[in-house]
Amino acid sequence: MAGLRQRRVRRQRVLRWVVVALFAVLFLLPLFAMLEFTTRGAGGGLTWETWRVLFDWGTLASTYPILWTGMKASFWLMLLSVALTLALLVPTVVWVRLRLPKLRRVVEFVSLLPLTVPAIVLVVGLAPVYAWVVYFVGGSSVTLFLAYTVLALPFAYRAIDAGLSAIDVRTLSEAARSLGAGWATVMWKVVLPNIRSAVLSAAFLTVALVLGEFTIASLLNRDNIQVAINQLGKSSAPVSVAVSLAALVLAFVLLFLLSFAGRRRGQARRVNRVNRVNRERTTS
Amino acid sequence: MSAPATGTLDTAQAPTTTVVRGGRLLRDLLGVLPFFVFVTIFLLIPTLVVVIGAFAGPDNRPTLDNITALADGYIVDAFVRSITVSAVTALLGAALGALLAYVVVTAGPDSLVRRLVTSACGVLAQFGGVTLAFAFIATLGLSGFVTVFLRDSLGIDIFSGGVWLFDLPGLVLVYTYFQIPLMVIVFLPALDGIRPQWREATENLGGSTWYYWRHVAGPLLAPAFLGSTLLLFANAFSAYATAAALVSQGAPLVPLQIRSALTSEVLLGRENLGKAMALGMVVVVALVMWLYGLLQRRTSRWLD
Repeated sequence: MAGLRQRRVRRQRVLRWVVVALFAVLFLLPLFAMLEFTTRGAGGGLTWETWRVLFDWGTLASTYPILWTGMKASFWLMLLSVALTLALLVPTVVWVRLRLPKLRRVVEFVSLLPLTVPAIVLVVGLAPVYAWVVYFVGGSSVTLFLAYTVLALPFAYRAIDAGLSAIDVRTLSEAARSLGAGWATVMWKVVLPNIRSAVLSAAFLTVALVLGEFTIASLLNRDNIQVAINQLGKSSAPVSVAVSLAALVLAFVLLFLLSFAGRRRGQARRVNRVNRVNRERTTS
Repeated sequence: MSAPATGTLDTAQAPTTTVVRGGRLLRDLLGVLPFFVFVTIFLLIPTLVVVIGAFAGPDNRPTLDNITALADGYIVDAFVRSITVSAVTALLGAALGALLAYVVVTAGPDSLVRRLVTSACGVLAQFGGVTLAFAFIATLGLSGFVTVFLRDSLGIDIFSGGVWLFDLPGLVLVYTYFQIPLMVIVFLPALDGIRPQWREATENLGGSTWYYWRHVAGPLLAPAFLGSTLLLFANAFSAYATAAALVSQGAPLVPLQIRSALTSEVLLGRENLGKAMALGMVVVVALVMWLYGLLQRRTSRWLD
């Protein structure tokens, strides 16, 4: 029996390396091709000219004004979308858990709804809403953060909900309240520090989403980095491919950091579950 | 606290608590007001605009014209193509992704391979849109890295039968690229739920590897596998940006049809056709997500 298992483990290890190596080559190939494409010189040689331009922001802004506008818009969109997503979701989800448990299903349903309404569908319905947005605050591309918050809702909701499930919000807030803390203090000083990594992952996911969003921006005729990349792709392909690759690497770094934050949260949850089981054992 | 004391306390407080509770409920509801106002304006109203618009004529009177127009040849074709591309890429992605997920799970929960693969998949599943289209143009486009290499070094012209990258075969290839990582992410938890003891039990009872997969692991994983495939289908079906950046001619898929309905000059009386198509997409996705929910419940019975 032991021999059988050993043989299986060995076979699995060989299979694992072969499969992982094959997939790695397949998935890295397009990324490598992007790098090769941006460094291809005129005579078939290697040149870093495209990348030099990309990091020389003064030249970049004057040579490719669309790109510069798009990058600026995307930067503000990231900040505002994260701020609005967190400001809307965190207090609501906590409040519903503490005071309105009956509404929890409703909030969950609404937050996950954008998964069933694709962005291409949402944009059809958003067009008239944005006519009003333009009427009240103007037609700046930065107003897209309102739509992006909707797109981010499902991902941010899941992250925050998972974070809250890992702590005993009710006990924590009751303890704080009985010691004389107001709701604002409970929020800022008790709940938020305890779900920091969940909030962080909601923020990262939102940033990754905003960085890659094209559908709504393009169909509402606004500028963001992806729209600019797409437009530039027709005239100066190397620069647009370089910017895509840079955006991708940025998203990669963000989500890689997130995988560490998520790991810590997972451990915290395990510890918490053990504590809860212990508590139940002692009380019953 | 003794029982009589509690009793008196309750009767004494009963009327005031109801009043206080009513006021408190109102105040409590105030706390969720911003959230609901926001989602009403930016999620529920847009959804309603699509649903109502699909049933409204140019004069805003109710009509079924838009819905019946969905039966037009080119729209049916677009739906058929969208569903085909989504189904093919979902099946390809599910099969390949499940294989990758399986070999990663056998490495153990804390192995480096697993951490690398899961975080890479987290990124690559998000890696859609324009970036992905450009990556493939740089790889397999007319002057792409692989195309040039195959042509100059091996004498193989991958486009001898026509430039397929910017057409449906290209879309299938590019979509599969983000489907595989998504499959790994959604299927890993189910594989984690498989306990090694089950395999040991099968072996102790004399079952072969084939028997184990056919009668134990297979039936247990089937709902999770099907559910993940449905999720992949919905993912491909709703994708827009990749197709928009890649497909240069015509509008083979529904999202691209919606784009032309939105941006080009529409035929008279057909202003709301885009909304009808959008509604059609919502119906398909909602149906798929509903099935997914059913399968999810079935999966969690064993593998949670």
